[in-house]
Amino acid sequence: MYNFEFEKPGSVADAIAALGTEDAQALGGGQTLIPTLKQRLAQPSKLVSLKGIAEMQGVCTGDDGAICIGGATNHATVASEAGGYPALAATAAHIGDPAVRNRGTIGGSLANNDPSACYPAAALGSGATIVTNTREIAADDYFQGMFTTALDEGEIITEVRFPVPEKANYQKFVQPASRFALVGVFIAKYADGVRVAITGASNDGVFRWAEAEAALSSNFSPDAIDGLSLSGDDMISDLHGTGDYRAHLCGVMTKRAVAAAA
Amino acid sequence: MPKDGGIGASSKRREDVRFLTGAGNYTDDINMHGQAYVHFLRSDIAHGTITNIDTSAAAGMPGVVRIFTGSDFEGVGGMPCGWQVTDKHGQPMQEPAHPILAQGKVRHVGEPIAAVVADTLEQARDAAEAIVLDIDELPAVVDMKDALQDGATKVHDDLNDNLCYDWGFVEENKDAVNKAFEDAAHVTSLELVNNRLVANPMEPRVAVGDYARGTDESTLYTTSQNPHVIRLLMGAFVLGIPEHKLRVVAPDVGGGFGTKIFHYQEEAFCTFAAKACNRPVKWTSSRSEAFISDAHGRDHVTKIELALDADNNFTAIRTETHANMGAYLSTFAPSVPTWLHGTLMAGNYKTPLIYVNVKAVFTNTVPVDAYRGAGRPEATFQLERVVDKAARELGVDPIALRRQNFITEFPYATPVAVEYDTGDYHGTMDKLEEMGDFEGFAARRAESEKNGKLRGLGVNCYIEACGIAPSNLVGQLGARAGLYESATVRVNATGGLVVMTGSHSHGQGHETSFAQVVAEMIGIDENMVEIVHGDTANTPMGMGTYGSRSIAVGGSAMVRATEKIINKAKKIASHLLEASEADIELKDGAFSVAGTDKSVAWGDVTLAAYVPHNYPLEDIEPGLEETAFYDPSNFTYPSGAYACEVEVDPDTGKVTIERFAAADDFGNIVNPMIVTGQVHGGLAQGIGQALLENCAYDENGQLLSASFMDYAMPRADDLPMFDVDHSSQTPCTHNPLGVKGCGEAGAIGSPPAVVNAVVDALQSAGKDVTHIDMPLSPDRVWAAMNG
Ligand SMILES: Cc1cc2nc3c(=O)[nH]c(=O)nc-3n(C[C@H](O)[C@H](O)[C@H](O)COP(=O)(O)OP(=O)(O)OC[C@H]3O[C@@H](n4cnc5c(N)ncnc54)[C@H](O)[C@@H]3O)c2cc1C
Repeated sequence: MYNFEFEKPGSVADAIAALGTEDAQALGGGQTLIPTLKQRLAQPSKLVSLKGIAEMQGVCTGDDGAICIGGATNHATVASEAGGYPALAATAAHIGDPAVRNRGTIGGSLANNDPSACYPAAALGSGATIVTNTREIAADDYFQGMFTTALDEGEIITEVRFPVPEKANYQKFVQPASRFALVGVFIAKYADGVRVAITGASNDGVFRWAEAEAALSSNFSPDAIDGLSLSGDDMISDLHGTGDYRAHLCGVMTKRAVAAAA
Repeated sequence: MPKDGGIGASSKRREDVRFLTGAGNYTDDINMHGQAYVHFLRSDIAHGTITNIDTSAAAGMPGVVRIFTGSDFEGVGGMPCGWQVTDKHGQPMQEPAHPILAQGKVRHVGEPIAAVVADTLEQARDAAEAIVLDIDELPAVVDMKDALQDGATKVHDDLNDNLCYDWGFVEENKDAVNKAFEDAAHVTSLELVNNRLVANPMEPRVAVGDYARGTDESTLYTTSQNPHVIRLLMGAFVLGIPEHKLRVVAPDVGGGFGTKIFHYQEEAFCTFAAKACNRPVKWTSSRSEAFISDAHGRDHVTKIELALDADNNFTAIRTETHANMGAYLSTFAPSVPTWLHGTLMAGNYKTPLIYVNVKAVFTNTVPVDAYRGAGRPEATFQLERVVDKAARELGVDPIALRRQNFITEFPYATPVAVEYDTGDYHGTMDKLEEMGDFEGFAARRAESEKNGKLRGLGVNCYIEACGIAPSNLVGQLGARAGLYESATVRVNATGGLVVMTGSHSHGQGHETSFAQVVAEMIGIDENMVEIVHGDTANTPMGMGTYGSRSIAVGGSAMVRATEKIINKAKKIASHLLEASEADIELKDGAFSVAGTDKSVAWGDVTLAAYVPHNYPLEDIEPGLEETAFYDPSNFTYPSGAYACEVEVDPDTGKVTIERFAAADDFGNIVNPMIVTGQVHGGLAQGIGQALLENCAYDENGQLLSASFMDYAMPRADDLPMFDVDHSSQTPCTHNPLGVKGCGEAGAIGSPPAVVNAVVDALQSAGKDVTHIDMPLSPDRVWAAMNG
């Protein structure tokens, strides 16, 4: 690890000011960033911890019924307090291990946009709104490929708003070593249609499976997926599975998510 | 009634109190006054010529004490290999030089090139980044068969080729074996891979070198399974320090699994640098470094053939194995695919003719050496897979086929040079059938089917050779060391005992089980016995712990030393009791005169030994301390039968283990709870190999599974509740405790059970799958089902 300055501001405004320093970087739970620093793969001048900002903590319900989660809220808190959106709470409950869930934050996870992470599927599958210190970004505009998002330099996620669906479910088929998603499928059924977001599979990061959404919007049952398939060509191919295998799992996990949706 | 102490009691592991309360003393807990830290600059390419190393800028960085490169070690010995294998033509293996820091060339990712010693670790790392290093990349040799092609790039320019040795065993039997295959009624053949593994003990390796200028004494604190072996190898072959000026301490060690047997460059470096810098020098491996510098395990590619006659009797076995040595010969690497593998190819069966061919190959990968089981898992896996495949081809019950071919008479001399002293293979199989509830399997399979799952049952046997090893025998086989074990028993004046053993405990619980043995022999409380190990300064020369040898060889040395103690104590007692020595009996910690009520307590005798006022000084010396060295006359042969039941999810290929039963014969048992724990751990590692662990390189020699993000270790929820039994006991006939050893059994016996079960599950669904290479990860199983 290289040396860096450390600040732990108490407000979003102070955090933004602190992040104004050249090469300053926000620190959420550190579950991705700290290992990166230990490997000397990053050299920020300053880390600005977001954990001391009260307005970025906790789970609440908005006037429109949406579940709103502070950007620095850890996964364990979401797992225990987002009961108003059970599929979201369950998703958080299966991220990493207890240590990771007690440190890692939703803002950090969405900012990082790991192609195998779980929250991106939940956010995209729910059509969530990513709220930052300057604007509100629709999930459909936010995810822009592996480790790439709509966030600008120094912009931080202060809150994430999830409209609560009629039914939803997340099926995670774990990569045996990391236990991130080898393929994870988040489906949510809203009055105006079904959304299907898939993580772990694509070289372009989390994506929506349009054919499955159309099929499920007219017939919300596992059979609706029969005959649909994704191509393995653009899928991740690695030690843990070929692109074809991942493409196959997308179908299997989507069916299972529909069957389990509640 | 379970005993509450002594041999056979499930005494709680006394060492766990310190381990579980954070009071252990691991090597990384050792910090010396004025200590400096070393960071190794390691190669990030697999094969290349070093054209330039410029350390001048780095040397001027803050905190840097000194920077070492290969040129600092010219004239210093390289890393020695402890075993010389003779090939099938009678020629010695090819043995390349193995430098402490790379000399001119790098040969695997992770090879240390330079070492920066600095006041702090971060300063050492900073300076390492400032070293200017130019390497001309050469093609990497990764695949073993490619490595043996004519014109293949050579890993070592000064060797003839990449073949370390071509070993034939037993070469004289080759023609007879070939003839048996010509005459066979049925031949089953199978090609398989025994996957490369990374041991990954919880505690990474650590070394602290210290040098006392006043006395010219060097001390190395290290994470080792055998400090005396390290002292001998490093002192005599690498650094030229006589044993009386070199102390090696391996304090609490957090797991070894074989990979901490070997003498590593970092140990020699820290010892050397402590003297060169006149400061203690410490190295603590990061987990990332461990993946590319700890010796890996397994990595065999094998073709095995089994010949049967018309009555399904096994008539011959023929194997051809390529065994990966990696880029250099690790300490015991050559012995693993030969003497620890070929000699086990008879397994539990009376196959009369066996021929084993092993080609050991150099590649641009991390050195490969012993890992829990070492050679014996590789033998068991291929044999038990081919037997299973034969049963399926012949349409006979796999258990019946095994039983039909079991060795039933002992001692039994195999055609592969070893003699099994005892065993009861039907006995363990009977036990397994009881535990496994095989009658209930059909119903369980039907239940799984209802849930859309395929259920399979896999059974196998294993035999292993433990209690390593008779020194004269291994000497003939190329070992450059003896394999006895030692113990010194020191009785203190007030009756307590300190037992100093050359064995080492790195999780096995020796401090508990060894104390049980000595306490039982004298008839005193276990807590009166302290076990000391791990420090060459206060233990007799011993060979350490691996190969399930500690209770069988180390325990036997302890028994012999304790017998000497008891004999002398009886002489003292006979003097105190004024009785003939022949009439003295020792029971429950007291000496009595047979047929009388005269007795003297253990503590009175020990006190007399050190306060010899009333003492037979004319006949015996004062004091009560004895040493024994024990050299076994044979290996021990634990055996067993294992059963695994799996469910396969046909949609995803995911395998889950639903039941696992292990019926072992370890001979006599000192502490049943510890034995059960050893089997559990072994099963976890064997199942890890079978389902999860995959040490993979790409074609450029880059390690793909270089962290826990990609290398899957077994976790508790990957494993079922194990059903473990060791009530089948045929005591070893040639050691005083009748013990055989249990440390490796689980890792040896479990992989074939898992693979047999998965093949059974897939075939039950009509899939034409006869084999899948480990690990049976979901993608591989799915591909096999849909391929
Ligand atoms: C062992 C292990 C297992 C894991 N398993 C899973 C899993 O199964 N599924 C899964 O989804 N994830 C998994 N993770 C990742 C974990 O969920 C973390 O949430 C994730 O690493 C990032 O969150 P963090 O709060 O730790 O962010 P940090 O590591 O602190 O930061 C990550 C990045 O986000 C930036 N950042 C942090 N907070 C904000 C913010 N509010 N606004 C803008 N930028 C911000 C940082 O500057 C940095 O670039 C695992 C991690 C580990 C270590």
